[in-house]
Amino acid sequence: MAKTILAVDDSTSIRQMVAFTLKGAGYDVVEAVDGQDGLDKAKAKSINLILTDQNMPKMDGLTLIKSLRGLPQYKTTPILVLTTEAGDDMKSKGKAAGATGWLVKPFDPQKLLDVVKKVIG
Amino acid sequence: MQAAQETLSEDVVANNEFLSFTLGKEEYGIDILKVQEIRGYDAVTVLANTPEFIKGVINLRGIIVPIVDMRIKFNLGNVTYDELTVVIILNVAKRVVGMVVDGVSDVISLTSEQIKPAPEFGASLDTQYIMGLGTLDERMIILADIERLMTSNDMALVESAAA
Amino acid sequence: MTVDMSQFYQVFFEEVAEHLSAMESLLLGIDVSAPSIDDLNAVFRAAHSIKGGAGTFGFNDMTSVTHVLETLLDKLRKEELVLRNEMIDVFLQAGDVLKAQMEAHQNGGDVDENIVTDVCRKLEELSASNPAPAKPKKEKKKNKALAVPTTKKEVCRQIEFTPDAGAALDNLFVELANLGKLEIIESGADKVPPLWRLKLTAAATESELSDTFAFFVQPEKLHIQLFADALPEDEGYGFFVDIESPKVEEDPGYGFFTDIETPQAEVDPGYGFFTDIETPQAQPEPAAFERSPGRRASDNPILENVKTGRRDNDKVAVNSQADASTIRVNTDKVDLLINLVGELVITQAMLAQTAGKLDPVLHEHLLNGMGQLERNTRDLQESIMSIRMMPIGFVFSRFPRVVRDLANKLNKQIELKTVGEGTELDKGLIEKLSDPLTHLVRNSIDHGIESPDLRVAAGKDAKGTITLRAFHQGSNIIIEVKDNGAGLNRAKILGKAKERGLPVNDGMTDQEVWQLIFAPGFSTADVVTDVSGRGVGMDVVKRNIQEMGGQVEISSESGFGTTIAIRLPLTLAILDGMSISVGGQIFIIPLTFISESLQPSTKEIRTVSGQGTVVQVRGAYLPLVALHKVFGIATDITEPERGILVLLEADGKKVALFVDELVGQHQVVLKSLEANYRKVPYVSGATIMGDGRVAMILDVASLVRLNQEQGMHLRCA
Repeated sequence: MAKTILAVDDSTSIRQMVAFTLKGAGYDVVEAVDGQDGLDKAKAKSINLILTDQNMPKMDGLTLIKSLRGLPQYKTTPILVLTTEAGDDMKSKGKAAGATGWLVKPFDPQKLLDVVKKVIG
Repeated sequence: MQAAQETLSEDVVANNEFLSFTLGKEEYGIDILKVQEIRGYDAVTVLANTPEFIKGVINLRGIIVPIVDMRIKFNLGNVTYDELTVVIILNVAKRVVGMVVDGVSDVISLTSEQIKPAPEFGASLDTQYIMGLGTLDERMIILADIERLMTSNDMALVESAAA
Repeated sequence: MTVDMSQFYQVFFEEVAEHLSAMESLLLGIDVSAPSIDDLNAVFRAAHSIKGGAGTFGFNDMTSVTHVLETLLDKLRKEELVLRNEMIDVFLQAGDVLKAQMEAHQNGGDVDENIVTDVCRKLEELSASNPAPAKPKKEKKKNKALAVPTTKKEVCRQIEFTPDAGAALDNLFVELANLGKLEIIESGADKVPPLWRLKLTAAATESELSDTFAFFVQPEKLHIQLFADALPEDEGYGFFVDIESPKVEEDPGYGFFTDIETPQAEVDPGYGFFTDIETPQAQPEPAAFERSPGRRASDNPILENVKTGRRDNDKVAVNSQADASTIRVNTDKVDLLINLVGELVITQAMLAQTAGKLDPVLHEHLLNGMGQLERNTRDLQESIMSIRMMPIGFVFSRFPRVVRDLANKLNKQIELKTVGEGTELDKGLIEKLSDPLTHLVRNSIDHGIESPDLRVAAGKDAKGTITLRAFHQGSNIIIEVKDNGAGLNRAKILGKAKERGLPVNDGMTDQEVWQLIFAPGFSTADVVTDVSGRGVGMDVVKRNIQEMGGQVEISSESGFGTTIAIRLPLTLAILDGMSISVGGQIFIIPLTFISESLQPSTKEIRTVSGQGTVVQVRGAYLPLVALHKVFGIATDITEPERGILVLLEADGKKVALFVDELVGQHQVVLKSLEANYRKVPYVSGATIMGDGRVAMILDVASLVRLNQEQGMHLRCA
C-alpha cells in the first residue's frame, strides 16, 4: 500500500508542488493549509510522514509537531520541517518540538523526493 | 509576389487536404483544418445596416455566428435558400464564421506537384486571397486563403483597425 | 523525476498578488509614529512568503527584491530601526516593483531595471541608515552586542582564517566546540591557501576567541565578524559538520534530528544532514545570536505563543489566503458553467413555450414537471451566477494608496472612507470598474477637495474626505464616489462649454450642466496638472461604464461637494429585458432603462418644425425615435398611434422609442456578438430566445444619443 504523506503549508503553490511531486512518485498525499488543519487531518487518517511548513496561520509548524507528538499514534512518525530558516535556532526549536529533520526552502522536487525516500523509502 | 506565393504553397503542402466547394462555375478549395462543420441553412437574425452578403447571425449551440453568403459577395451562382443550401462553418482566426456556398464537392488531397502558383487571372476572388491553383484530373481548384479572406476588410466581419 | 514547475506559477502569482495587496493595505494603515509590531510582523511575513515562493519557483529577480525588503522590515520589527514615512513610500514602491516583476513573469514583458535597482538601493540605504556613523551596520551591531548588560549572551560569528602550516586543526575545532556551537561553512583542507570559514555561536568575546586561535593561526590571517554580516547567500543553506571528524560536509539544506543516515555519506549538493552531534554548551538553549537579515526573532520560549497570536493577525490581513473550505477554480470553468446554464435556461424556456400549448387537464403531470423544472433551473442559475460574484472591496482596496500618493503630491489632506466593501458584483464588472473608479477618485482629489488653507478659509476641516460607497438597489449595484470639496462650478462649466461651442444655455438644469463634464475633451481645471485636468477621461469613464451596461449620475452642491454615482447591473451574464417586435423581428430592451410604455393618442404626437416628432407625456415633450427607421426594417406599423412607445431614460435624457408591439418580459442570457462578428450600431449584444433564434439587445444609451447627434431624420416623420 502506498505510504501516506501529510503536506502542511499555507502557500498553495508550494503545497501543490509538494503534493504533485510526491504523488508522481507514488505516495498518497494529504494536504493541509495550516497547523490546525494538519492536526485535524492527521487525526482523521493514518499518516506515514509529515512535511510541515513552519510559519503558518492559526497554528504554526512547531506547535503542530508538539501536538502530534502528544498523540500516541504519532509518537514516532517522521516529521520534517520545511523552513526558510536553516539557522541553529530553528534547528534547536524543531528538534525540541520533536521533529525528525528539516528541509530548507527553496528546494526542488528532486531534493524533496530524495529526502522523503531516505525517511520512509 | 511570386516568392510569397511559393512560400504559401509550402504551407499548403503541409496540410494538403482541402474541402472543395463550388461557387457558380468555379471550384474552390480551403484547408480542411479550418472547417468546423457543414450544415444546412437556418433562418438567420438579420443585422441592421450591414452589407447585403452578410445575411445575419445564427445560434450555433449557444454561440452567435455570423453568416456570409459568398454567392452574393462574388456575384456568383443562384442566390436561393432552400433545404439544399449549404453553410460551411469555419474556424478562422479564433472566430467562428459560416459561409453559404453553392455546393460542397468533396475532400481532396493534393501533392505539392499538383499545386501551382496562381497567375494573375480573372477569378472572382482577388489574387491576394489565392494560395495557389490545384489540379486534380480535369478539375482546376482555386485554393483560397480562407483565413485571410474572412479577416479582411472586404468581408467586413471583423472590426477593422482603422474603424 | 522532473516536475514541470510552470504548472504552479499561476497559483503562485495569485498568492503574490494577495500578499502584495495585504502588504499594501497594512502599510497604508500603519501609524508611522507608533507602528504596531503585529502590523510590521505581518508585512514582514508577506514579504517573506513571497520570497519563499519566488525562490522555489525560480523567480530570482523577485527573490532579490524581497530579500532587501525583508532585511529592512526585519530591522523594523525588531525595533533596531525606527519607522519613517519615507520607508513606507519605499515599501510601497518595492511592492510595485514586485508586482511589475510578477506581471512580467506572468504575461511577458520587461521590468525597468533602473527602477528595481533604485528601489533596492533605497531599501539598502534605509537599512543602513541609523543614527550610527560610518559603517553603521557593523558598528551598530557590535556596539549593541557590547552594550548589552548580559555579556554572557551567545553571539553568532563568522570566522575566516588561514591556519599555520601543520596546525593541529582537530584540536582547534574541539576547543571551539567547547566554547559553543560550531559549524564549518567552508573547509580549507583542500585549498591553497587553506582558507576556512566557520560559524560559531558562543558566549565568548571576540578577544577570547582570538586567544583560542592564537596557537593555530597568525592574527593577521584571522577575521572574526558577526554572522549577521556574513554573505547573504548563506541564507537558505545550513552547513553542518561532525565535530569528531572535521571533514567538511556541504550542507544540502535539509537534515535529520535523529540518526537516519550518517552525515558523512551525504555529498549530494543542495542538501545534507543534521545529526545529533551538538556540543553540550549549545544544546540546552537556543542561541541568542545576532541574526542575519531575514531571520526570525525566535530566541525566547515565550515566542511560541506570540507567534501563534500574530499569525492570526496575518490571517486577517491576507484574508483571501487559502482556506480548507475554498477551492481555486479557473474562471474559464466558471464561465463554461454559466454558458451551460444559459443554454439550460433557453431549453427550459423552449420547452415551456411548447408545453404551454398543451391541454392543462390532459397533461397535468407534464405541466407540473415543467413548473418544477423552471424553479430548479432558476435556482441553479442563481447559484452559478453567485460563483462569479466578488465583493467590491477588491476594487476599493487599491484606493488608500491612490489617495495617499496623490494627496501627498498635491499637498492636500484627505481621508478616505469606504462603505459597503462587502457588496458583491460580477467579477467581470469588478475588473472593468477599476479604471473608471480610479479616474473618478483622482478627479475628486485633484478638483474636488480644496487645498487645506482654502478649506479652512471656507470654515471647513482642513482635511477633506472622500467616501467610496457601494450598495445594492434592486438588481443594480450603485457605487458612489463622494467628496466634501468645493462642488462643481455651474458658471464655469457653462462658460467652458460656450467656449467650446457646445449647445448650451443658461436655462439648463443642473443635471444637464453636470453631464457636460462628460463631453470629450472637456476640462474646467484652471491649471492643467499631470494628475488630471487635461480633459481626457471623464468621457472615457462614461463610455466604460456604459459599455458595462451602466450609467453615471452626478449630484453636486457648491461648497459642499460632489457625488458621482455609478449604477451597474449586478452581472454581465444575465439581464432582465423587455422583448419588443418590429416588422416581425424581436429585440430586447434592458429593463433598467425603461421608465414606462404607452400607446399614444394622435393628439399627443406633434411634429416639430416639420422634421422631428415629439410625444407629449404628462406635459413634457419627448423626442420620438422609430426603431424601424434606425434599423431599416420594413413594417406595416408606421404611425406611432398604431404601435407602442417605450419611454427610455439614459444619461439624464429621455426618448420615446416607437416599436410595433411589446412581446414580453424575460431574463435573457447575454451573448457576445463581437466574439465572432463585430460591434453593431445601437446593439449592445445578443441573446438566444426560447425558440432558439438570436435576438439583438438594444444599446439604449446610444439610441438616446442618436436622437441628439444625428438630428431628426431618423425620427418618425
